[in-house]
Amino acid sequence: MTAFTDTQALTAAPRPLILRRPKATTGFWSWFTTIDHKKIGIMYGATALVFFVVGGIEALLIRVQLAGPNGTLLTASQYNTLFTMHGTTMVFLVGMPMAVGFGNYFVPLQIGARDVAFPRINMFGYWVVLFGGLFLYSSFFLGGAPNGGWFGYTPLTSTPISGGALPGHGADFWAVGIVMLGIGSTSAAINFIVTILNMRAPGMTLMRMPVFTWMMLVVAFLTAFAMPIVTAAMIMVFFDRNFDTTFFVATKGGDPLLYQNLFWLFGHPEVYILILPGMGIVSEVLPTFSRKPLFGYSVVVFSGIAIGFLGWGVWVHHMFATGLGPVAISAFGLSTMLIAVPTGVKIFNWLGTVYGGAVRLTTAMLFSLGFIAMFTLGGLSGVLHSVVPADTQQTDTYFVVAHFHYVLFGGLIFGLFSGFYYWWPKIFGRMLDERLGKINFWTLLVGFNLTFFPMHILGLVGMPRRTYRYEPGLGWDTLNLLETIGAFIIALGTLVFLVNVIFTARKPRNALADPWDGRSLEWSIPSPAPEYNFAEIPMVEARDDWWHRKYTEDADGRLVRLPAGGAVDEADLDVAQVEQEHHIHLPSPSFYPLVVAAGLPVLGYAAVFLNPWLVFPGLLLLLFGIYAWGLEPSTEPEPIVALPEEVGAR
Amino acid sequence: MTPPRKSSRFVLAAGALALVVLAGCSQAQNNHQNSLDPHGADAEKINNLFTPVAVVAILVGIFITGATIYVAIRFRYRPGVNENPKQTHGNTRLEITWTIIPAVLLAIIAVPTVGTIFTLAEPPADNALQVTVIGKQWWWEFQYPDAKVTTANELHIPVNRDVAIKLRACDHGTCNVIHSFWVPELSGTRDVVPGRTNTLVISADQPGTYLGQCKEYCGLSHANMRFRVIAQSASDFEKWLSGQQQGPVNSLTTPGPDGNPVIADEPAPQLIQKFQCTNCHVFDDASTSTYAPNLTHLASRTTFASGYYELTHSNLVKWLQNAPGMIPMESQGCREIPQGICVGMPSFTENTPDGPNGKPLPEMTPDQANTIADWLLEQT
Repeated sequence: MTAFTDTQALTAAPRPLILRRPKATTGFWSWFTTIDHKKIGIMYGATALVFFVVGGIEALLIRVQLAGPNGTLLTASQYNTLFTMHGTTMVFLVGMPMAVGFGNYFVPLQIGARDVAFPRINMFGYWVVLFGGLFLYSSFFLGGAPNGGWFGYTPLTSTPISGGALPGHGADFWAVGIVMLGIGSTSAAINFIVTILNMRAPGMTLMRMPVFTWMMLVVAFLTAFAMPIVTAAMIMVFFDRNFDTTFFVATKGGDPLLYQNLFWLFGHPEVYILILPGMGIVSEVLPTFSRKPLFGYSVVVFSGIAIGFLGWGVWVHHMFATGLGPVAISAFGLSTMLIAVPTGVKIFNWLGTVYGGAVRLTTAMLFSLGFIAMFTLGGLSGVLHSVVPADTQQTDTYFVVAHFHYVLFGGLIFGLFSGFYYWWPKIFGRMLDERLGKINFWTLLVGFNLTFFPMHILGLVGMPRRTYRYEPGLGWDTLNLLETIGAFIIALGTLVFLVNVIFTARKPRNALADPWDGRSLEWSIPSPAPEYNFAEIPMVEARDDWWHRKYTEDADGRLVRLPAGGAVDEADLDVAQVEQEHHIHLPSPSFYPLVVAAGLPVLGYAAVFLNPWLVFPGLLLLLFGIYAWGLEPSTEPEPIVALPEEVGAR
Repeated sequence: MTPPRKSSRFVLAAGALALVVLAGCSQAQNNHQNSLDPHGADAEKINNLFTPVAVVAILVGIFITGATIYVAIRFRYRPGVNENPKQTHGNTRLEITWTIIPAVLLAIIAVPTVGTIFTLAEPPADNALQVTVIGKQWWWEFQYPDAKVTTANELHIPVNRDVAIKLRACDHGTCNVIHSFWVPELSGTRDVVPGRTNTLVISADQPGTYLGQCKEYCGLSHANMRFRVIAQSASDFEKWLSGQQQGPVNSLTTPGPDGNPVIADEPAPQLIQKFQCTNCHVFDDASTSTYAPNLTHLASRTTFASGYYELTHSNLVKWLQNAPGMIPMESQGCREIPQGICVGMPSFTENTPDGPNGKPLPEMTPDQANTIADWLLEQT
C-alpha cells in the first residue's frame, strides 16, 4: 500500500546531484532532511510551541502596559508592534502550525497509512513555515517590525513609506511574510487532501474516518482555497506600497474596502481553519474518556463540513460599520446567525457523547470539557455580533477581544492542550504527568476566565481595542488590573505545562501502546509509533475499528470486552525484523525541500529592501532546489530490490 | 472530593465572577462612554435590542456550562458500576430537536435585528443639523457647512434634534487612512473610509458631554484620537455657533501698505510666523482649515490634542514646545525621511523642523511659548 514503489524510482540508476542523498534517519542532522511525517509533525509542534511562548510574552507585555491607566512600560510604537505581532504569531505561527503538526502525526496513523502522499512537499511546507516565522521576526532587527495590525487594513499599510502613515519596513515584512507562510500552509493542505483521499487503508471509508481526520480534511480544503485570496491581497498591498499601484488609493480610483473584502474572505474561513482541528481533537477525546462512541457521528461530521461551507459566506460581519447599507448587512447578519446552528449541534452532540458514559476526568478530558464550555461562551458572544446593530457598538472594542479569545483560546488552545495530554504517549512513548496536568488545566481555566471575561464588560462600557493607553477616570482600571493578573496566571499554567514536558522527558519511555483504551487506529501500534507506522496495513471493518477489535455490545447495547482482543504486537517494534518481513519501502530523506524553502526568505529580503542583488542567490537556491528535487527519486533504490516479491504480494 | 463540595465551589466562583461584573459595570456607569447607558435615540434602540438577546445568551451559556459540569460529575467512572456503559451511537429525533431549537431561537432574534437595521438606516428628520466630520491622523475636524464654521475635536450639537453626519477621510484632494466615529452613548460606530461619504445620525436626549473615540486602528497615536460631543440646549447651541462665526479676538495680520494682509507687528504673530505655524494651522478664519486644527476660536474649547489634554496654559506651553512628547506623532523622525510627509506637529525643542532657509529652526524658548500660549488663550 505504500505509494513509493514507482517503477522509475526503482529502475533508474542512482545519480549524485551535487548533494549526496542523506541516509540518516536518526541523530541531530536527520531532522534537517527527514521526510517522516511524524518527525515533521513533531517539528511543527515544537516550532509552534516556541512561538506560543513568544506570542505569550508579547501578550504579557501588552497586559502589563494596560494594567493601569496611562501605562508607560511601552511606547505607542512598541505597543502597536506588539499587538500586531501577537495576533500574527498566534494565528499563523501557533494555531495553524500546531494543528498541522497534530495532523501530520496522526492523520496517516488514523487512516492506516505508512506515510503521507507527498512527503517532500510536506517537508518543504514545514521549512517554509519555520523560515517564514524567522523572516517575520528578523524584522525586529532589520528596520522595524510589522505595526499595522494582524489584519493590516489599507490604506494604512499600503501607503508608501514616504507617505508617513506607517513608518519603517514593518508592513513590507508583514505582507511578504504572510505570502511565505501561505505557501507553507498551502503545501501542507494539498498534502493532507491527497493523503486523506488516496491513502486510506482498505475498508477505511470516508464515513469510518475519525472525526479529527475529517476536520483536518475540511481545514485543508479551507486552507487551499483561502490562502490564495490573502496572498493576492498581500501582493496588492506590497505593490501599492512599493510600486505606486493604486489598488487601494481612493484619490486614484482605488478602494480601501476592496482590501477588507479580500482579507476577510480569507480571514473568516481562517477562523474555522483554526477552530475545526480543535473540534476534531475534542471529538476524539470525549468518546475515549466516556467509553462511548461519538454521539451522532455523521451529524458531527456534516456540521463540520457545513461550517466549512458557510464560513465562506459571513465575511462581511467583520465590516458591519463600514457603511455597506442595510440590505448587505442584514444578509450577512443572517448568514452569521445561520452558522451558529451547525456549531450548536456539535456542542449538543458532544454533551450527548458524555451523557450516560463512564467519564474518566483525565487532563485530556478536562481540557475537552473546558473546550465545550468556553467555546460555547465564545460562540454566544459571536451570536451577539450577528445582531448587527449591537455589533456596531461592540466592534473594535474589548468585547470582540473577549469573543475571539473565548473561541481561539478557550476553544482552539484548550483543544490543543487536550491533544497534548491525549497523544503525548503515542508521540514520545512517555505519559505526561497527570498531577501536573491537572494543575496545568485549572490554572489555565482560572487564568483564562480572569483575563478574558472582564473584557466583555470593558468593551460594553466603551474601551476600544488597539489602544496603548487609556485615561484614568473611565472606570476601566479595576477590570484591567484583574485581566493582567489573569494573564500571569495563564503564563503560570503554561509554565506548568513546560515543566511537565521537561519532567516527562526524564522519565523512562514506557508508555503502553494503548494507554487510554483508545478507539482509533493510532492506538493499535506501539508507542512511540515506529517509523513505518503499521507493520501490516490494517483491514478496517468499522468506524472506531480498534475499539471494535477490543469490545462488542450485548443485546442491551452494553460494552462487552472481547477475550484477548486488541493486543498490540510489541514485536512490531523490532525495526530490522519488520522491514525484512514486510519489505517496507519508505521514502528516503532529502535535502532539496530544505534548499527550496531556504530560497524563499532570501527572495523575501530582496522584496522588502527592493534589492535586486538578493534576487540572484534566492532564485539560484529556489531553482537549483526544485530542479534537483525533480530529478531525485522519492525512494532511493536499494541494493537488493525486492520488487518482484513486493508486486507479487499484492 | 464529594459532589456537593464541588458544586459549592462553582457557586462561589460564579458569585465572585458576578461581583467582578457588577464592580466593572458600576465603576464605569457614568464614564460618558458607556454603550449600556444610552442617551441618544439610536443608542437606545441598539441597547433595547441588545439587552434581551444578551440575557438569552447568558442563560444559554449558564445552561451549557452547567450541563457540561453536570454530565462530567454525574457520569464519572465508577469501577464495577458503570465501566461498561450502554453504547448509544446517536438519536435522530434528539439531534433534529437540538438543531431546530437553536434555529428557531435565532429566527426569533433575526426579526427584530433586521427591523432595527432598517430603522437605524432611516434618513434624519427634516430639521436635522448638517455636520461634516473629517478624520485625520490623529484628530477630528467638524464642519458646519450651513453656518460656515470649522472646529476640531469638540462637536457641539443641540439636544433633541437629529444631527446628520457626513463622514469623510478626504479633503483638499488628499485622503487619510480609515478612522471610525464612535460615541457609544449616542449611537453605534460608523467608519470613515477614504473615497466614501458615510452617513450617521446622532441625537442626544439631554445636555452634557459624551465621549467619543476613533475605533479603527489608524497608526501610531490611534489610542489618543479621542473627541467629545457637547450637547447643549437649542439656545446655548445657537449662541456657541454664532460665536464661532465671529472673527478672531486677536488678529494675526494687519492690512499692509498695499492693502494685502501682512503678519501683525506684535510678539505672538511674529513668533507664529517664525515657527511656521501657518503652514498647517489657520488662525483668523473659522470657516476654513488646512492640515491641522483651526485655531481661530481655540480658547472656546475645553480640551485640545483630540481631547486628551485639558486646555490650560501650562499644558499648552508644554505642547507648543514639544507636542510629540505629549502625543506620539510620526513627526518625531520626519527629518530622517527624505521628502516624507510628517504626520503630526513637530517638536520645537528637539529635532526641530527646517526653516525657510533649509536650516533647522532654533529651539522655542519657554518665553516664546508663553507668549504664543497667552495670545492663543485669548482667542475665545
